Amino acid sequence: MTVHNIRHGDASDGAFAEAVGGRLSRVDGRAKITGAAKYAVEQQLEGLAYAVLVESTIASGKVRAIDTTAAQAAPGVLQVLTPDTIISLKTAADWFGTPPPDKPYCPLARDITFSGQHVAAVVAETFEQAVAAAALVKVSYDETPSIVDLSDAKAGDGIPIDAMTKEWGDAQGAFASAPVRICAAYNTPREYQAPMEPHGLIARWDGDRLTVWEPSQWLDGMARTYAEWFGVPFENVRLVSPYIGGGFGSKALALSHGAVAACAAKMLGRPVRLVMTRPQTFTGYGGRAATRQTVTIGADAQGKIQSIVHRGVNETSIDGMWVEPLGSVTSIMYATPNFSSRQNVVRVNSVVPGAMRAPGENPSAFGIESAIDELAYEVGIDPLEIRLRNYAEQDPHAKKAWSTRQLREAFAAGAERFGWSRRSPEPRSMRDGNQLIGWGVAAGTYPVRRAYGEAIVRILADGSVEVESSSIDMGQGTYTILAQTAAETVGVRADDVVVKLGDSRFPRAGVTGGSRLAGVMTGAVYKAATSALDQLIGLAISDPRSPFHALQANTLVAANGRMSSPRGDGPDLSIAELLKSVGRDHIEATGDTMPANSTPEDRYKNYTTIAMALPHTEGDYSRHSWCAHFIEVRVDEDFGTVRVSRVVSALDSGRLYNPKLAESQWKGGIIMGIGQALLEEGIVDRRHGRIVNNNLADYLVPTNADIPDIEVISVGIPDLHSSVLGGKGVGELAIVGVAPAIANAVFHATGKRIRDLPITLEKLI
Amino acid sequence: MRDFSYLRANSLDAAREAAALPGAMLLAGGTTLIDLAKCGVAEPETLVDITHLKGLDSIEMSERGATIGALARMGHVADHAGIRSRFPAVSEALWQAASAQIRNMATIGGNLMQRTRCPYFRDPANFPACNKRQPGSGCSAIGGVTRGHAVLGTSDACIAMYPGDLAVALVAFDAILHLGERQIPVDDFFLLPGTTPDREHAIAPGEMITAIEIPGSASARRSTYLKIRDRQSYEFAAASAAVGIEFEPDHRTIRDLRVALGGVATKPWRARAVEDALKGKVLEPDAVSAASLLAVEGAVDQGANHYKIELAPRVVARAILKLGETA
Ligand SMILES: Cc1cc2nc3c(=O)[nH]c(=O)nc-3n(C[C@H](O)[C@H](O)[C@H](O)COP(=O)(O)OP(=O)(O)OC[C@H]3O[C@@H](n4cnc5c(N)ncnc54)[C@H](O)[C@@H]3O)c2cc1C
Ligand code: SF4
Repeated sequence: MTVHNIRHGDASDGAFAEAVGGRLSRVDGRAKITGAAKYAVEQQLEGLAYAVLVESTIASGKVRAIDTTAAQAAPGVLQVLTPDTIISLKTAADWFGTPPPDKPYCPLARDITFSGQHVAAVVAETFEQAVAAAALVKVSYDETPSIVDLSDAKAGDGIPIDAMTKEWGDAQGAFASAPVRICAAYNTPREYQAPMEPHGLIARWDGDRLTVWEPSQWLDGMARTYAEWFGVPFENVRLVSPYIGGGFGSKALALSHGAVAACAAKMLGRPVRLVMTRPQTFTGYGGRAATRQTVTIGADAQGKIQSIVHRGVNETSIDGMWVEPLGSVTSIMYATPNFSSRQNVVRVNSVVPGAMRAPGENPSAFGIESAIDELAYEVGIDPLEIRLRNYAEQDPHAKKAWSTRQLREAFAAGAERFGWSRRSPEPRSMRDGNQLIGWGVAAGTYPVRRAYGEAIVRILADGSVEVESSSIDMGQGTYTILAQTAAETVGVRADDVVVKLGDSRFPRAGVTGGSRLAGVMTGAVYKAATSALDQLIGLAISDPRSPFHALQANTLVAANGRMSSPRGDGPDLSIAELLKSVGRDHIEATGDTMPANSTPEDRYKNYTTIAMALPHTEGDYSRHSWCAHFIEVRVDEDFGTVRVSRVVSALDSGRLYNPKLAESQWKGGIIMGIGQALLEEGIVDRRHGRIVNNNLADYLVPTNADIPDIEVISVGIPDLHSSVLGGKGVGELAIVGVAPAIANAVFHATGKRIRDLPITLEKLI
Repeated sequence: MRDFSYLRANSLDAAREAAALPGAMLLAGGTTLIDLAKCGVAEPETLVDITHLKGLDSIEMSERGATIGALARMGHVADHAGIRSRFPAVSEALWQAASAQIRNMATIGGNLMQRTRCPYFRDPANFPACNKRQPGSGCSAIGGVTRGHAVLGTSDACIAMYPGDLAVALVAFDAILHLGERQIPVDDFFLLPGTTPDREHAIAPGEMITAIEIPGSASARRSTYLKIRDRQSYEFAAASAAVGIEFEPDHRTIRDLRVALGGVATKPWRARAVEDALKGKVLEPDAVSAASLLAVEGAVDQGANHYKIELAPRVVARAILKLGETA
């Protein structure tokens, strides 16, 4: 398990760095940059065997036969798994906890629905032996025609998803009679999370107990899935995931490769390691679904919106269902009396798409935030002004008050810092030699997802504090903010707090996704720490052996690891001395944020499914984070190359538990948004239904050279409707709106409206 | 498991002898070779490690030009003061190639020998048809994803683009490759695919690049390498141009001009038609733009790579005009 010595951050950290809200540097930073941090699949286990996957080379059809003779005979091979030889599993419930169909689950496919599907696996004594033998597995197929993507003639209109329909007023009628009308289609391609650490795991069985070392955004959810697959009690599965080398949504669920490794380990009676190759990470699980949207806006001559009609489509797989909610931003960003949004999903021969940073909000914002920009030019007013004219004073869909919405403040702060008022309105009116310069703005939002969490806080004999939780840190800073929360609450230095995460034996937590973890876990740690401290104070006052006993005070003050009376008239003891005086070696308290009357079943459901997550519009308020991006691009007029030269973003994530870490997450989101706008696209060979740029030389993500200095400004205020300590979401927010801000800037620079991402050079020359 | 033997050569003769064995391949920085072995394209039986050979990593400047040992690292050559001042296009081609980490590892000899990035070439498990890998098996790329494929020098058998940058600059300045005792102009070293795309270089088994000689010239001294791509760094060229100019004493009339293209052709592509059209002329934007169009004479696109035909002449023109500004 991982133990951190807290290091103080840079000089700017200042005296308050250690409290909640302070700029403490990442406590796990040193371990990561020195290579000391041990990731899940780096465990050295006795008897480890290595599994390598064999994937389908067709996109649609059936496996006719698998010839494993040569692979079986290859040196070092321990077993070759095929759909016929792998042990049978039970189908597990999905992440909502929907009871699964009572049929077996086989993680190796006979029926092929996409290219790159796992069809077999080879396990050998060494990784190299397994790789070599995997190449000897001969699979023959009966191929059938495939549906390549949304543009395939065979794809059709898809399946309407009624739950996505949002309508009020008479959107079509109001549009027809509006004096100003725009209508355009916006497309986003398949995009991939591309975390630095590829997916993989080590699985080991000890009798009917399974231990899985696997990078995970959700230990308890994945442990449940493994337990259900193998028909063992939840408690028998332990997931360990101390560090995660990036997830971006892709590491929240137990996936078929995990099932293969766990089966192999069980069948062999040895621990098995399986790590995907980089190309396999493009088909072993889903990235962001490709989407299409049409946005029509009717407005009056002043640009006041009268109607929005929105139609969205996203792709899903042949046998899986992924809905990327495309109307999520469309329906709340602007005040409109008439609105209609509907969505279909279309089945294509691809792996089932999955969650990727701000699923739904991200493509949704590309549609509406591009369209409103088009409207601004159509009406002839400033793109910032049109957003203010249509500012939604309450949630237009839920018809509830915002818990907090500092979006106006974000527009103001961003515009001021960026110098928006100096913008020349005409497209192509700003240049520097061959470089056309464009300024664009777009807003973004992300709902506050809330759930419950649990933590244990121990005050130890030496006065240090230990926090345990099965939540995780994938770089966003959980180790650090939980140390800050415990330090402030118990009254010790953050140095003296050890946070342990990433082990499903610890008190439980729900999924780290949807930017909910910080709000959930600071709340749980705050509660646990408060009750641990209360216990300590109680003992100090009531135990006859305590030096405070004679004082007859009703409370004590804890600060800097010491206890004293509120009036400073009694003894002044270190926590260690106090514990010693009352003969205790530690004090511990578990805290959770569940409602008091929760049953054990509720708790289990909360931690292992997302069914208990609270709607963001529960009660009287609609809760969201907000942001405004101001972006400058330079487009070479001969070459069509786009470079982002300036970014100023103002963001409302409520109260920041650690501004340094929040800023770094925001910047990360903005960088990912730059990649989405300009570079990222899964390219499919239409004849084979296969992604061909399945590696990091060909699937381009931004390099440092593509990223200018990014200025982020926090405009949030504490939002106690959103979380115990007042924070809203941080991690997903900042990517939302970046791509449209860039597309809008490109239009301003060139006069060309690009509605298909990414904006590559051939679209502009 | 695919076993291979590893041989560390301690003399040039030993290296060449070992490299002549069937299935033997030279190993320099390994940044291409290991990568290709991982995709199942390269399956060497013997790796002959040449990185310990002495005296092959030097950079020698003389009146006649530069001689660069085949084992000199990309990063070193890019930073070398003499190369930077007398062959700016060579230095620029190198520092805009790959990433800093790769440039620190990769050698000049290996760089010239890098293979195409055609995704079909690199994925034998999914795309058995590839004439370059397997003569006569067909070409998976034609009719497929071709955004990065060549528009110049293609054949019915293969449309794969030569991805390197350095060789483009070398072709522009008539560099000579030393294969031990034998010498060959770099332009002749790279072969067009024709009906034999599997034969990429005029090099025989047991031969090895030992050095590159670049003749010094006024046009090499006033030269640049302009590389255009969607990503600012660490991407192969969408189109690039190595250009060098020598002016007459009037600083306006072009006495000598060198133009070569990268990112658009099946081999580093010398654009002599552009050179001939402008030599003896006064440097003037319209004339330069018009002449630059000759760079893509005879180009054939596959649809998705059509933009290269538009882009390449603009890159050439910009590079020429940029050099003109400093005259
Ligand atoms: C992600 C990525 C991006 C890249 N981007 C670029 C780019 O933008 N521009 C660019 O130009 N290059 C780029 N490269 C290619 C890179 O420059 C080459 O991989 C590198 O130069 C090869 O040198 P090496 O010493 O590592 O060769 P090795 O991998 O050791 O060898 C490559 C080949 O050359 C042969 N060989 C090596 N030395 C000799 C010799 N002396 N004589 C004869 N044969 C020899 C080997 O047998 C082998 O076949 C990129 C590579 C990668 C992986
Ligand atoms: S273009 Fe050349 S390298 Fe690519 S598949 Fe065709 S033959 Fe092979």
